[in-house]
Amino acid sequence: MAAESSWTAKVRSATVEKFEPEDLLPDHQPAYVSSWIYVFGVLTIASLAMIILSGFVLTFEGPAWWHSSNVGHYVNSVHLWSVELFFIFMVVHLWGKFWMAAWRGKRLATWITGCLAFFASIITGFTGYIIQTNFDSQWIATQAKDGFNAMGIGAFFNTLNTGQAILLHVSLLPLVLGIIVVWHIILVRRKGVVPPMEEVDSATRSVETMEVKK
Amino acid sequence: MRFLEINLNHPAHYFTFGPFSVSAGNLAIIIFMFLIFAAALILPFPDHDEHKPQSSSREES
Repeated sequence: MAAESSWTAKVRSATVEKFEPEDLLPDHQPAYVSSWIYVFGVLTIASLAMIILSGFVLTFEGPAWWHSSNVGHYVNSVHLWSVELFFIFMVVHLWGKFWMAAWRGKRLATWITGCLAFFASIITGFTGYIIQTNFDSQWIATQAKDGFNAMGIGAFFNTLNTGQAILLHVSLLPLVLGIIVVWHIILVRRKGVVPPMEEVDSATRSVETMEVKK
Repeated sequence: MRFLEINLNHPAHYFTFGPFSVSAGNLAIIIFMFLIFAAALILPFPDHDEHKPQSSSREES
């Protein structure tokens, strides 16, 4: 069998050769990245890392621990405030990218995966609210149940089923969100950070100038 | 540190503008997001002078 026809060779050519190390882990960035508005994407990732780390601890220790012990209260608060900062940074990142039309330069897939990550984060956040195992989560779950019933999907997503909500929040949704976020980051690295609009204009002009000089 | 504690054991305060209603906590976060968005656009980013020669060489390449 020829090497080109094997599935491993096809996977290699479809993935490894397309993702060059210089693109995935660059050591230089364009000058226009020196702006605070370009920091909010990585701040969102840092918040997500804190969410995952504190979530691991909460998962292993359980509700009795995070409701009763001082350390449990602390880790529970770290999880909550990491989520708050995650959404704040992500919304500012979204605003920044929207107003610089970040889908320019064949970056539409990057923009769409960012939108998908935003929606997946909202759903994950909602399931987090209904597994707090307190009176607040009971109230939210009953209100959400009415909402889901009104949409006709209450048989599939039963917010009063705490087991379903916990499994969605700690296994399925983080997996889905994780895949989307990794995909989004890979696309950002492959396509590069979107330049400001005036940067594209000046670059076009400089290329034209260089061609005239030649 | 007790002075830092905020008693949240009461119903949330809501601002209502016609059909639009928002809690004080959510409104504070929305205003905070607008402020850091504006700050990110206005505040100068720390400049790394030692990297300037490298950046100029990149522009040439």
